[in-house]
Parts: sequence; structure tokens; C-alpha cells
Amino acid sequence: MTAPLLSVRGLRKRFGGLVATDGVDLDVVEGEVHALIGPNGAGKTTLITQLFGELTHDEGTIRLSGEEIGALKTPQRVARGLARTFQINQLLPDFSMLDNVALAVQAHAGHSFRFFADARRDEGLRSRARQHLAAAGLSHRAETKVADLSHGEQKQLEFAIALACEPRLLLLDEPMAGLGHAESEQMVAMLSALKGRVTMLLVEHDMDAVFKLADRISVLVYGRVIATGTAEEIRDNPEVRTAYLGEGDA
Amino acid sequence: MSDNTIERAAPAPLAIGTLLATLLLAAALIALPFAVQALGQPALVPLASRVLIYAIAAASLNLALGFGGMVSFGHAAFFGVGGYVVGILYQSYAGDEPFLGLIPGTDQLLITLPAAILVAGLLALVIGALSLRTSGVQFIMITLAFAQMLFFLFVSLKVYGGDDGMTIRRRNALFGLNTRDDATFYFICLAVAALVFLLFWRIVRSRFGLVLAGIRQNERRMAAIGIAPYRYKLAAFVISGMGAGLAGALMANYMRFVSPDMLHWTKSGELMIMVILGGVGTLLGPLLGAAALMTLETVLTSWTEHWQLVLGPVLLLVVLFTQGGLNGLLARLRPGRSAR
Repeated sequence: MTAPLLSVRGLRKRFGGLVATDGVDLDVVEGEVHALIGPNGAGKTTLITQLFGELTHDEGTIRLSGEEIGALKTPQRVARGLARTFQINQLLPDFSMLDNVALAVQAHAGHSFRFFADARRDEGLRSRARQHLAAAGLSHRAETKVADLSHGEQKQLEFAIALACEPRLLLLDEPMAGLGHAESEQMVAMLSALKGRVTMLLVEHDMDAVFKLADRISVLVYGRVIATGTAEEIRDNPEVRTAYLGEGDA
Repeated sequence: MSDNTIERAAPAPLAIGTLLATLLLAAALIALPFAVQALGQPALVPLASRVLIYAIAAASLNLALGFGGMVSFGHAAFFGVGGYVVGILYQSYAGDEPFLGLIPGTDQLLITLPAAILVAGLLALVIGALSLRTSGVQFIMITLAFAQMLFFLFVSLKVYGGDDGMTIRRRNALFGLNTRDDATFYFICLAVAALVFLLFWRIVRSRFGLVLAGIRQNERRMAAIGIAPYRYKLAAFVISGMGAGLAGALMANYMRFVSPDMLHWTKSGELMIMVILGGVGTLLGPLLGAAALMTLETVLTSWTEHWQLVLGPVLLLVVLFTQGGLNGLLARLRPGRSAR
């Protein structure tokens, strides 16, 4: 097995008396889709948020390709190859779709202390951004203001923006949440198309999607990883069945 | 803009209408001194100069407040300090006594304006670096507090007139022009204002401007694409302070007088009213706002000294009903735009 791209050891986070992340160990291997599942309140989003540096952890280490990134701020982690999508969309509502993606391309291209040239006429940025929109199937809505988009389109835009950061590791926080059936399938198709090219840590409740996409699955319960393995191993793991899959599938 | 139904592949070239309107505005501003002379109202020229100066200050505040989402309630600090730079340099020049024993005084506009911009910029760097660690209401209060500190500092500085301020016997000199002449001074203000608005027009469309607008809309999103908001906000705040300092330097020249009044928090409020009246986060809004407020003040004070009794309701109506200040009102009156 190759050295893991992301390696988390003993990660702990407390909110007062509540231990949200309780000594999490997690490895994500280069190239895989690693799903993170668990019941509501297990601390999945809290974990993603700590990996991304928006929330500082209390203890433990986070390594990206062996480099400790636990002390870095979010923009520095992005510069080292992390990107995330948000469960609750975080977009620029007054800007068009194209602007939203072009800004990510611009941020990836270096600093933005450029005061004179019209950034919306910068063909380098714009054409790159259009490619990312096209890949997400959003070309026809490129000039539409984000505030006027449907929820599903906003989710897809989240995804396009994250890809425009050209990440080595993409953290996906419930990309299917709130999507209709057709939109969900479209999202699964996009993720499958990306599989192998970008390493992904996928938090998702939609089990069909998880079993379809994931190479490996980790199960998080009460802030702890209780099992990691392939889809079959997880399905057959008795501990997981009682803790999580329990009722329905038993 | 709300023309979302039209899907464009590439950004449209600068609309002919916008270009025409800009040229028309420029022509009107250039013709103004001659026009009011012909109409026998030469007293309007100084008023127009004041409008231009306040427009520069309001546009600068608008860069931080409207485009960057940083509600500064302390921009009088930069405005006033810009004025004091002119006053102190003039005093040193007239008394032939270098400032702090080091910096020789001057009455040259080409030196005093850049000096005012520089000093205001440094001040904005210090105030901004500390204030921008907060946001929201705290940011409003801390910028206000800094400005009030400076106000009281200058009140207590007896060397520079304290409460009474200092008189500048003659306006700064520029290329042997008669800057005392109202029309000449108006054209100087117009040239400076044109430069400032041109600069801001470029800035808000640049990579920097888009990042700034992005930070205003959603800081978390900007961090997630790898942009550390603090330094961009600070840069915008400094540029904004520099513009306000420039306006203050022109104002000191205009009045031939500086006093702590220029630093008072009510001056910050006035600038804010101009921005809101004209249209927050719009390019020409501050000019419209400054013109509207100055005109209202001039007209209403001739009726009553309690003119702000009328100003209040007017501001209220504009905020409640224009959706984007006077600029928004104008945009909707423009032919060819569907009303919404």
C-alpha cells in the first residue's frame, strides 16, 4: 500500500463537555474515494471542518503527504491541495456562476493584488472557469446570478468551484443532500467520472451512492472511527450493523 | 444588473449608453462654471467644488463600506488628518520652521496632496490592522473610537490651534495658477475627482476588486478557495483612507482652514449619509449622494437652521423606496431598462 495522502492520528475536539471528535485515526490513500458514514450527530461535518482548518482541533495530528498541516489556516491548506464542498452552500450570491468559478481559478493562479486590468475580461481565467462549468454540466447557466439558481444547481456549482481549486484531496460534505432523484444520479455520475483523478473523502447519507462510489468506507460513531474497510467488510461488520446499519439491513 | 434572462457567452462590450452618459456627465461638469456664470449665479462654483471634494471622500468610504463590506464609522480621521497635513505644512512653510525640526514646510499642491495621501494611508494601515481583527458592530465601534481619539488629540494640540483650528492664509500653489479663483480651484478639484473615480472604476473591476466583493459576500467561501481575507480587506481599507485623506487636503485648501471639526464623528456620519443617499456599492452613487446632501443643506439652511429635521425623513424615504439610493433610482429611470 502506498503512503496515505491524508493521515489523521488521535484527532480530538471538545465543545465544553461534549467530545465531538474522540481520537479519530483515519488514512485516505492517494486515488481512492473514501466514504465517511455514520449516524446523525456522529461528528462527520465537525471532522471535515477540522481537516479543512475552519475549526481548530484540540489534540492530534493531520498530515497531508507526510507534512503536518494541523497548525495551518484554511487558505494555506487550500494552497497545499485541499478543497471542500459545503453541506450548506457557501457561495457568492451576487455573482454569476462563472464569476464564482473564475474567482477560484484566480485564487489558484496566485495573489490577487492586481488593481487595473478588468478581471472579467481576462480570457485566461474565464476560459478555464468555463471548462470547469462545462465539466459540471452548467455551461448553459454560466451568466446566471447564483441567487437565482435552484438548490441543485448551487450544489453542482459548489462542486465546480472545489474542482477549480485543482485539489489533491477533495472533501465532500453531503454533496447529495437535498437533491432530487435525477440530480442525485447526475452528481453520482460526475463523482464517478472524477474517480481515480482526484482523491476524495466523501461524507454522505445516501447509502446507494456510497456503495456505488467508495473504494473504502470508514464508520464514525460518537466521534470515533469504529471500522474501516471495503463495502463488503463494512456491510458484514457486526459492530457497524448494531451501531448504524442495524435496523433496516439486519 | 438583473438581465439574467439573456445568456451571454462573453461579457458585452462597454454599453454605448453608459459611455454616452459618462461623456455627458463629464461635459456638464466641465461646462458648469461657465454655465453658472452665464446664469448670474457664480456662488454655485464653490458649492460645486465642495460637492466634488465630498464626492472623493464618500467614494473612498464607499470602497471600504460598499464594495468591501467594512462599515467604517471613523473615516473623518483620514479626512481630517489629510486636512491637517496641508495646514501643518503651510504653517511650517509660512513660519519657515520645519515640522518636528526635520520636514520643511511647503505650499505646493503637488507636494501637499501626495503627503496627505501618504500620511492618511499610514494612519489607515495602523487603524485598519487593528480594527480588522474585529467585524460587524465591533468594527464600527472601534473605528469610531480611533477617530474620536484623533479628534481629541488635535483639540489638545495648541501648537496647531487646538479647538480653534488653524488658518491657511493662502491656498496651495500649483503651476503659478491663481488657485484663489473659484473656477480655477473647481477645475483642480474636478481633475483630481476624475482621476479618483477613474481609479476606483478600474479597481472594482480588477482581480483585487472581485476578491473584495467576494469577501463582502461570503468570507468563508473566499477562505475555502484559498484567499486569506484579512490582507485584502486591509489593502482596501488603506486605499479608502488614502482617498479620504486626499479629499481632506483639498477641503483644507478650499476652506483655507482646518479644525478638529473635520475629525469629528459627525463628519464620518455625513460621509456615510452621502454613500447611502447615493447608493451603497455603486461607482457614481457617492457623487450623487454628495451633490444631493450639499444641495439639500444649502437650500434648507436658507429656510431654517433645523434643516436636519427635513434631511432625516428624506434619507428615510430614499433608503426605504429607492432600492439602491439615487443611483438605483436613476438606473430604473433609464430608457431601455425593464422596470422591476
